[in-house]
Amino acid sequence: MSAVVEALTDALGRPIIEGAGLSFAYEGATVLEGIDITLRRGEIVTLVGPNGAGKSTLAKLLIGILKAKTGAVERQSGTVVGYVPQHLTLDATLPMTVERFMALGPGGSGGRAAIKTGLQRLRVAHLAKRQLRALSGGQRQRVLLARALSRAPHLLVLDEPGQGLDIDGQAELSRLLLAEKERGCAILLVSHDLSLVLSCTDRVLCIDRTLCCAGPPERVVSDPAYHRSLGPQAAQVLALYRQQADKDKVVPLAERGRHA
Amino acid sequence: MLDDFFVRALLAGLAVALIAAPLGCFVVWRRMAYFGDALAHSALLGIALGLFLDVETLVSVAAVGAAMAILLLVLRQRGRLANDTALGLLSHGALGLGLLAISFQEGLRLDLLGYLFGDILAVSTNQLILLAGLGVVVALVLAVIWQPLLLSSVDKDLAVAEGRSAQLAEVVFLLLLALVVAAAMKLVGVLLITALLLLPAAAARGIANTPEAMALVAAVFGVGSVVLGLESSLMWDTPSGPSIVVAALVIFAAVQLGTAAARRLLPARH
Repeated sequence: MSAVVEALTDALGRPIIEGAGLSFAYEGATVLEGIDITLRRGEIVTLVGPNGAGKSTLAKLLIGILKAKTGAVERQSGTVVGYVPQHLTLDATLPMTVERFMALGPGGSGGRAAIKTGLQRLRVAHLAKRQLRALSGGQRQRVLLARALSRAPHLLVLDEPGQGLDIDGQAELSRLLLAEKERGCAILLVSHDLSLVLSCTDRVLCIDRTLCCAGPPERVVSDPAYHRSLGPQAAQVLALYRQQADKDKVVPLAERGRHA
Repeated sequence: MLDDFFVRALLAGLAVALIAAPLGCFVVWRRMAYFGDALAHSALLGIALGLFLDVETLVSVAAVGAAMAILLLVLRQRGRLANDTALGLLSHGALGLGLLAISFQEGLRLDLLGYLFGDILAVSTNQLILLAGLGVVVALVLAVIWQPLLLSSVDKDLAVAEGRSAQLAEVVFLLLLALVVAAAMKLVGVLLITALLLLPAAAARGIANTPEAMALVAAVFGVGSVVLGLESSLMWDTPSGPSIVVAALVIFAAVQLGTAAARRLLPARH
């Protein structure tokens, strides 16, 4: 009962994280201007936009990696954050096995069993003893995801999580994200991958320095502002995706909700 | 036993080597070799200030090093200079100031060699106790910040996103480094401090699979360098500081040769 009350309060009330009037400048050039963004429990929000639009910057502002020039970020106290960066800056001289990496950091997963389960979930348990820097891009991406998920985060921020993943991996990623959403996790995606955006996103924010448009994915991808910022290829990718979706009988989330 | 100058030197050397090893690993992982040099260069200013204010040089050198570390952090966050330019500026600025300050001190010129190349055989019982206490404090503090510091060495953004302690851990690490540089100055001298931080860690890199193993192996190599260096300096009457550093270099070269030979002789495991 209390869980239901909590969920209802969260759904109607305070978001997990909220950014208001966020601006950021890098070396004098404005990268982001006046962005408002909120994430609630069990919601998947995706940031789309052209290269250099400030998507990753916005994600970093929200989780405290960067400090906003103006505006403020409010986060519910005690929020556990899971983060998957676009690149890992690990130096070649730092020996780090996958299992050691999984157990690393404040609030890290408890014990070997949890680490094993986390790696199994992403099908990388066989890599546990391998060095992190010896992994392929896709393998490393899976390990990063496994680590972020093993923290049982309330807020999950993923910067281009589909990069390096094969087709199976991308489908798995969608399934995992939907499972985390069911658990009540708020998820912020930065993604160019339209199929990922359309298959599991509740709300899309199109960013190009300012907020161009926002709403459910189907509506945003047909918004003229979205096409202006992403160029003609957006329409082509969308058409391809729709064709593919019809063929595979993949039901976009918006419709899934309607059938449920 | 502590009356014997050689035993005192050996114990002081071991204390410094044991704490320099894990910190040296972080210096290697975080690509901060030049920062170690900059701290060492600032030591001369610390020595001059220590003499001027009549405080133990270990304390004044550590204080100037800590100020350098904080100044570097500020320059890095606010300034528009590249990291190595900011370091070079601080490093040589501090060295220039230090040499100038020392030139005002009467009678110090003869002792300067001791500061530049180490004077471990002259370590007093009080200084030994100070070094040992320092070693314990540094080891305890390092144990507390180990996890967040390690995560921020893997990926700073990841560490910051997951908890606010990463930035604090980084500041504390720089302060520890300033302390250890001050301690190591007595052992190998200002000019060779970075070698003591880097060489054991670099030698351990080839044979360790986890960061903890690398720190442990580096500590063993550091201790080995001190014992080997001091013994050989006694045997061949060579200066102790450079002997320790050369011993560390010999260990590094031996490990490189050993691992290369093992790779050739043993079939690859796949």
